[in-house]
Amino acid sequence: MELLQQLTFLERGIIAGVIIGFICPLLGAFLLVRRITIISEALSHITLTGIAAGIFLSQSALWLGFINPLYTGLVFSLAGSLLIEKLRQIYKHFQELAIPIILSSGIGLGAILISLSQGSYNEWYNYLFGSIVTVRLGDLGFIFFTGVLALVILIMFYKELLSISFDQEFAKTSGIGVRKINFFFSLLIALVISMSMKVVGILLVGAMVTLPVAASIQLAKSFRQVVIFGILFGELAMIGGIYFSYHLNVATGGMIVVTGVVLLLIAVILKRFRTGLA
Amino acid sequence: MSNIIEIKDLSFAYHGRNVLEDIDLSIEAGSFLGLVGPNGSGKSTLIKCLLGLVTPERGEVRLFGERLSRFHKWEDIGFVSQKANSFNSGFPATVFEVVSMGLYGKVGLFRFLTKKHKEKVREAIRQVEMEAFMHENIGQLSGGQQQRVFIARALVSEPKLLILDEPTVGVDAKSVKRFYTMLKDLNRNKGITLVLVTHDIGAMTEYVTDVACLNKHLHFHGDTKEYEEQEDDMMSRMYGHDVQIITHNHEHHDDHAHDGGHSS
Ligand SMILES: Nc1ncnc2c1ncn2[C@@H]1O[C@H](COP(=O)(O)OP(=O)(O)O)[C@@H](O)[C@H]1O
Ligand SMILES: [Mg+2]
Repeated sequence: MELLQQLTFLERGIIAGVIIGFICPLLGAFLLVRRITIISEALSHITLTGIAAGIFLSQSALWLGFINPLYTGLVFSLAGSLLIEKLRQIYKHFQELAIPIILSSGIGLGAILISLSQGSYNEWYNYLFGSIVTVRLGDLGFIFFTGVLALVILIMFYKELLSISFDQEFAKTSGIGVRKINFFFSLLIALVISMSMKVVGILLVGAMVTLPVAASIQLAKSFRQVVIFGILFGELAMIGGIYFSYHLNVATGGMIVVTGVVLLLIAVILKRFRTGLA
Repeated sequence: MSNIIEIKDLSFAYHGRNVLEDIDLSIEAGSFLGLVGPNGSGKSTLIKCLLGLVTPERGEVRLFGERLSRFHKWEDIGFVSQKANSFNSGFPATVFEVVSMGLYGKVGLFRFLTKKHKEKVREAIRQVEMEAFMHENIGQLSGGQQQRVFIARALVSEPKLLILDEPTVGVDAKSVKRFYTMLKDLNRNKGITLVLVTHDIGAMTEYVTDVACLNKHLHFHGDTKEYEEQEDDMMSRMYGHDVQIITHNHEHHDDHAHDGGHSS
């Protein structure tokens, strides 16, 4: 505990970043093969609504002052994720509709809550684009525990998720409880999105889930490789991004994403080069 | 108990339109059944009912003597769906990974494949003669090769019952023969009970032990000899009156298995 108290803001930011850089691509690999990476956009916006609700609540009464907006963000994200799954069942033949429905509802409600609360421009800016200097000890705790929980779910259902992603019908007939696992998967997505918020920011969280695996699938032959390369790219983007943002004094989230894009470009070029030689 | 599958008085409808009516069918252990019928006659639907992928309006299904809702030994059943190779061809999975999926239900949560499991996977791949492609990407293979991989995925859990829904569509005639010979071998020498769904009646009669003819109703069920004696009569009954040969694309009905199904 002593040791934790002594961490500088930069160290806290880096630890948070390393956790996020590991978990996001791991989840991203499954979203990628299920073709639903876009879900991260909807959930990040609904998380913003939750954060706005948290800020509003904590200002509206003294006894609610303890509320950490990250927790309300997580609650909204969980609800949003389950709603998306429900909407995908209702619009069986137009499943992609679930995303814009949730996204626009989230932004609409968020805008109202923001106009009601008195968050400073800086505070909102940090939530939108991410910041490492504002990762407090409590936030690090939140990131750590949601990260561990997400990792446990991922390890527990890794095989099952892969089998369902490839062929849902076969997964069922091999004795996998598809419904149960899809439910946990929804929870998992919500956990990871709200976990990443503080460091990467709402507008850029989708990038952390998508860019590393978009790069890794260029080079991977197997699903295992997509995961391994994805985590590698994720950590590189994260650490590189934090390093450059600190030294150039620019937005952390932005720098992380730009590093991720550069890695993606390198992967694309490498692939071209490889197939060109073959 | 020698009936591996028992279907009693089963009816099924899609959106109020009956597709299967009053089906009674028992399949004995050790048999090799050819389930035939024209396109749209309900063959795939019957298979889905019997695997719990869709829920019938009426009737009962028993697998290995157990009511379907209580059945849980899924490793005893191997299934190759008609849609098996309509997966996303960019999916990043190797042949080895795909075949491994056949063991995932059995291995259990939190566990990964052991050395022994991996050896089983390699053996199943050898069995369908795909060992040269073990670490190739599944999307890069030809239709016939993919089909063999899906057979291996179904075989890897060492099932007692293997169900194949039109596995030879898009496979050339020579490979079809080799494929049927392999199935016959699995049936005779390994004792695996087989259900082979096909609309190509001619090709399979020399391999199967029993035939069932389906077109909404079960028009015939008996051994191959009986079938051959009644063949002409059967054809006119099945394709003659009450014909509804519907040949539209099944992909459009793809409804992602949200409809019913067993949950464990
Ligand atoms: N998901 C679905 N929704 C609505 N109708 C369907 C669906 N799947 C199949 N059908 C209809 O049910 C009938 C039987 O289909 P199917 O069992 O696939 O036949 P077969 O496998 O013998 O070709 C066909 O008329 C088909 O159009
Ligand atoms: Mg069919």
